[in-house]
Amino acid sequence: MIGIRLNEVPMRIEEGATLRRLRDRLHPEADLLIVNGFPVAEDRRLEPDDSVVMIQRGVIPTADQLETLMMARHTPGVHARVSRGRVGIAGAGGLGSGVAVALARVGVGQLVIADFDVVEPSNLNRQQYFIDQIGMPKVEALRDNLRRINPYVEIEVFDGRIDAQNILEVFDGVDVMVEAFDAPDQKAMLAAAHLRQSPRCPLVAASGLAGHLASNAIRTHRIRDNFYIVGDLESAAEPGRGLMAPRVGIAANHQANAVLRLLLGEKPE
Amino acid sequence: MKLEINGETRNVEQGTTIVQLLDLLKLQPDRVVVELNRRVLNVAEQGKTLLREGDNLEIIRFVGGG
Repeated sequence: MIGIRLNEVPMRIEEGATLRRLRDRLHPEADLLIVNGFPVAEDRRLEPDDSVVMIQRGVIPTADQLETLMMARHTPGVHARVSRGRVGIAGAGGLGSGVAVALARVGVGQLVIADFDVVEPSNLNRQQYFIDQIGMPKVEALRDNLRRINPYVEIEVFDGRIDAQNILEVFDGVDVMVEAFDAPDQKAMLAAAHLRQSPRCPLVAASGLAGHLASNAIRTHRIRDNFYIVGDLESAAEPGRGLMAPRVGIAANHQANAVLRLLLGEKPE
Repeated sequence: MKLEINGETRNVEQGTTIVQLLDLLKLQPDRVVVELNRRVLNVAEQGKTLLREGDNLEIIRFVGGG
């Protein structure tokens, strides 16, 4: 017997087994066979530690199959905790759409996303939308895009403005809250309202990510336990220093990683 | 009177409100989160809260962009 991985899952097969025979026995419907990262057309003998992926083109994996793949990638313990997570995202612009995509890819169980805006052409320089979504409410466009990445993430959306009166209701029961607004007064309002009303729920905010300054100036700062700010804390979006995909993406992924670490019980910074 | 602001000691006049302090620091009240003795204030409280000797303030400024 030799050990291989089939669709990310370790298994043992008899020595001398070939790719086609394994396909015919376990996944006869598969029409694309990948061995160690490369598509393979001809039959071949499988070697110890080969990583084999069998795909039926055009067929969406079931929730169970995707779960198996994610568990193998992320390890079962990590996957279990992440998939139980419920995360609030206030704002679906460059930060919020980036955070949402990263968290959907990593398999966070529930996302609650709020924004009042529609997709505008100028958003496409950094936000996770497509040109055919111009004019759509951002929360709807983002929900569509997230479903194309991982249809098994539960997504709640709120198409409207968040304020100190509705924040608790909209983001009911979240484990971690992400501040992803654009305007500085909205950022401060959200942070103050959240810290006052949900002091036990960690907040990951962002400030200072405009322009094309150095990547490494963007950091995850701990302000208090349960209050983190991502950014360089200085560079505001202003005429002559616009928001651009690379730095906004860096900040969004700092935020997403802080959320992931918090869900896993680790310190973000 | 002496205050501690973001870990540094600073002297301000008696009777200063938080909004006046923010003005002194050239900060806009609606763009900051103010923690007074570890309690986060709302914007209305910033206007009417008088500072006292020994108060501990954490002022977190937000800049735009997202």
